[in-house]
Amino acid sequence: MMGAASNPLVLLAVLAPFVGAAIIPLFNKQPILRESVTLLTAVALCALVLLLVGDVLAGARPEFDVITTAVGLAVAFKVEPLGALFAFVASSLWIVNSIYSFGYMRANNEPRQKSFYVCFAIALGSTIGIAFAKNLFTFYLFYEVLTISTYPLVTHKKDTESLAAGRVYFLLLIGASLVLFLPAIVATWIIAGTIDFTPGGVLADKASAGVIGVLLALYIFGIAKAAVIPVHFWLPAAMVAPTPVSALLHAVAVVKAGVFGIVKVCVMIFGVETLSAMGQSSWLTAVAGATVVIASLVALKQDNLKRRLAYSTVSQLSYIVLGVAILAPISIVGAAMHLAAHALSKITLFFAAGSIYTAAHLTEISQLDGIGRRMPWTMGAFAVGALGMIGLPPTAGFLGKWFILSGAMQTANWVAVAVIVVSTLLNAGYFLPIVYRAFFCEPAADLGAEGRGEAPWPIVFGLTATAIGTLAMFFYPEVFYALATSIVMG
Amino acid sequence: MTVVWTNLPALQVVIPLIGALLTGFMRRGATAFAVALVVSWMMPVIAGAMLWQVLTAGPISYHLGGWAPPWGIEYRVDLLNAFVLVLVSTIGAVIIPAARRSVAFELEEWREAWFYCMYLLCLTGLLGIAVTGDAFNAFVFLEISSLSTYVLIALGADRRALLSSFQYLIMGTIGATFYVIGVGLLYLLTGTLNMADIASRLGPIATQNFPAMVTALAFLTVGISLKLALFPLHVWLPNAYAYAPSWATVFLAASATKVAIYLLIRYYFSVFGVAINIDALPMSEIMIALSLAAMFIASFVAVFQTNVKRMLAYSSVAQIGYITLGIGLANQAGLTGGLVHIVNHAIMKATLFLAIGAVFYRAYTVQLKELAGIGRRMPVTMAAFTIAGFGLVGTPGTAGFISKWYLAVGALDKGWWVLVFLIVASSAIALVYIGRVLEVAWLREPSPAIAQLRDPPLSMLVPLVVLAAATIYFGIDTEWTVGIASKAATALIGGLR
Repeated sequence: MMGAASNPLVLLAVLAPFVGAAIIPLFNKQPILRESVTLLTAVALCALVLLLVGDVLAGARPEFDVITTAVGLAVAFKVEPLGALFAFVASSLWIVNSIYSFGYMRANNEPRQKSFYVCFAIALGSTIGIAFAKNLFTFYLFYEVLTISTYPLVTHKKDTESLAAGRVYFLLLIGASLVLFLPAIVATWIIAGTIDFTPGGVLADKASAGVIGVLLALYIFGIAKAAVIPVHFWLPAAMVAPTPVSALLHAVAVVKAGVFGIVKVCVMIFGVETLSAMGQSSWLTAVAGATVVIASLVALKQDNLKRRLAYSTVSQLSYIVLGVAILAPISIVGAAMHLAAHALSKITLFFAAGSIYTAAHLTEISQLDGIGRRMPWTMGAFAVGALGMIGLPPTAGFLGKWFILSGAMQTANWVAVAVIVVSTLLNAGYFLPIVYRAFFCEPAADLGAEGRGEAPWPIVFGLTATAIGTLAMFFYPEVFYALATSIVMG
Repeated sequence: MTVVWTNLPALQVVIPLIGALLTGFMRRGATAFAVALVVSWMMPVIAGAMLWQVLTAGPISYHLGGWAPPWGIEYRVDLLNAFVLVLVSTIGAVIIPAARRSVAFELEEWREAWFYCMYLLCLTGLLGIAVTGDAFNAFVFLEISSLSTYVLIALGADRRALLSSFQYLIMGTIGATFYVIGVGLLYLLTGTLNMADIASRLGPIATQNFPAMVTALAFLTVGISLKLALFPLHVWLPNAYAYAPSWATVFLAASATKVAIYLLIRYYFSVFGVAINIDALPMSEIMIALSLAAMFIASFVAVFQTNVKRMLAYSSVAQIGYITLGIGLANQAGLTGGLVHIVNHAIMKATLFLAIGAVFYRAYTVQLKELAGIGRRMPVTMAAFTIAGFGLVGTPGTAGFISKWYLAVGALDKGWWVLVFLIVASSAIALVYIGRVLEVAWLREPSPAIAQLRDPPLSMLVPLVVLAAATIYFGIDTEWTVGIASKAATALIGGLR
């Protein structure tokens, strides 16, 4: 079909987590071995992804066609910069998250750890499949596998609350993809004759503005994992899951798969030029902007820490959508940067929430007075993550916001500028009080009696590592920036 | 060897008929099962050989007893029937090993041999309908398959099986009567019973005798639609499937309605479609409207079933709607989608019913509320159920996705955006009823009764795993399913006037 030789590394990277998932159940009675397999898989995956990132930076686009059906629906992978960036973020954080999980799952005596690690590995495998998908069919395939494999993780507790949440999660995500996303793919196939992700898009001059608008809406709301309001409410529901799931999957893998999909569809199916020529960006800006602001306002009112983080995620995800909607090259670079930056900061925040739950069994923000004195590492990392969310230097969050804001200014998109400014204030408004409470309020009397000290070391290790990552990305953004710019350079 | 090679169409019907006779004389279930097993395993070989002949040398015309058509009975096998024959015979061959344990568990000992006898008769009838090119001969086989089906259903352990069987007997007889009236009218008009001959003679006559021809078409449509359980003629199906012996349900769900659908396609595209401009009649509109009603109403009813077998039966009615939708669309992609869904639905529904049959074999219940936590105790069984369930929903990577894809493409080719949404929206209802079972099976704590169960014996497990694997395989590699269905659709549409 094409000149580029197929690179088996690509297939290997996608398969690695699935192989891990197949091996884990063999160690039913040996948790140590089971955890080693998880960790080894994560390290192997990250190494493979790094090799591919090196290739991509060198200008190559490694690809691998698995199978093409009679009509041209193909399962095929192609690593392009945005996918490489996403895969790199997901796979490297999986290593940290695995170590964190070992501490968390043991300390909380969670049941059914075997199926937990199996589902986790499958979810990561699907994430890599999504990141490397060469066409919409492959993307959709792994998108659904990701939903299905994370469903048991969301309902891990198996109580009435988690079953109800699981229902919302499952029906909304699969329902939206089935009812909106799938017709969009079929329509793209009919109109463009291809569903391959192509630099510059495949829909140029093929459809009227109205059709493009409808299609774009189908994609934006059909890819419900991006949690654009009103298809966002699966995300707060998913917070019933154990914290490592919320941390890696519902702050990184699953939600980023959503925004990644939206970015990729906008850039490589519609094409930036087509979208701006058709004048479709204004309503998308409005929807994304509204999501950013409304979700922030809702977050302000949450007392449950994980729920506040979840609404913050909803809001932050739409920054990325906003970055695309602005349709300036620099803002798309910003969107890609923010995809990585938000991942690092948000996983840190979730790690901290899980750490507090493990060590002190606290879940509500109003209970956190003085917790920073008891758990300085945890709350220190939390503070770093919070700065990242607000977008203050020296954290990674600054970079993404900076580029998106520059793009908004360049295109004189004052709505977007206003949204970014207002939401920055709101972010500060719902994160800084937590930090203040933790360090400067007197602890409640009964807190000391229950026990002292930090969570187990794997947990502390995890959140420290990601907090350092949040800072490091600010100082060394080269790899991310190089990948992000080559998205718009083509 | 050439004797066998040239007589394959007759052998396809004669061998199961002889098998049925043999088992009729048997007393022991084990020996009858052995005969059924051998016959069932021979069938796909014959059907496959015929498919090969058709693919390499074109349609087969076989003159039964050497009498030339249109006076003698002609067995005519083209791509479409070869496709259906391979499907029905292969499903039979794959699931037959599971029959022994399941039937022995559910039936009294002295009835086991009769069960296999009736199964082989039913197989004879179904393969006969698919192989024959003669309108009246098709009626004979239709009756053979129907009568044996009534018995199969009535053999169910639940006493409600008798009532269901009787209900089906009444409805089925009405259907058969309508069919034979339709054939009679065609005979009056054309003076022939050979389908190809009817098609060639009907054209000129149709203009003068338009009302008679339309009446014939209407009678045939209603008669066959009763057999294939097209909404709203489906009322016999849920009870029949729910209370028949588990294994009989598997077989019937995967084959009986599919063969009736084949017959409908045959009349629409190869008889009436060739003779007249069928687009002038509102057949397509009626088909699409009824299909949509089936897809939504039956799916919706399925959501509220407490008996899993009954739920799957309603789901069958809905899924048949997708197939008839493809027939109604009658364009290349749409008809391909309908045809390929015949295969895909057969595979997925066989998996689901077989899995639930295995559950009944172990747990002795198919009430949803009593199956809490069964997935943890029968993991392989319920994993197969889960895979096929996602197939029904149309998840990518499963066979069901391929069908929906083609149907959606077919609808868009006509510019019917709304229909695309209706197709996917009705699939979303499947998500709900399948999701209910999955949640109960996997996420509830096992009750004490469930806690001591384990996966069924290998004879059930292997067919289950094979079918579940096929659900995934045909979702990825569609060369055989879509490849042949698309060629058959091209031939059918190409023949239209």
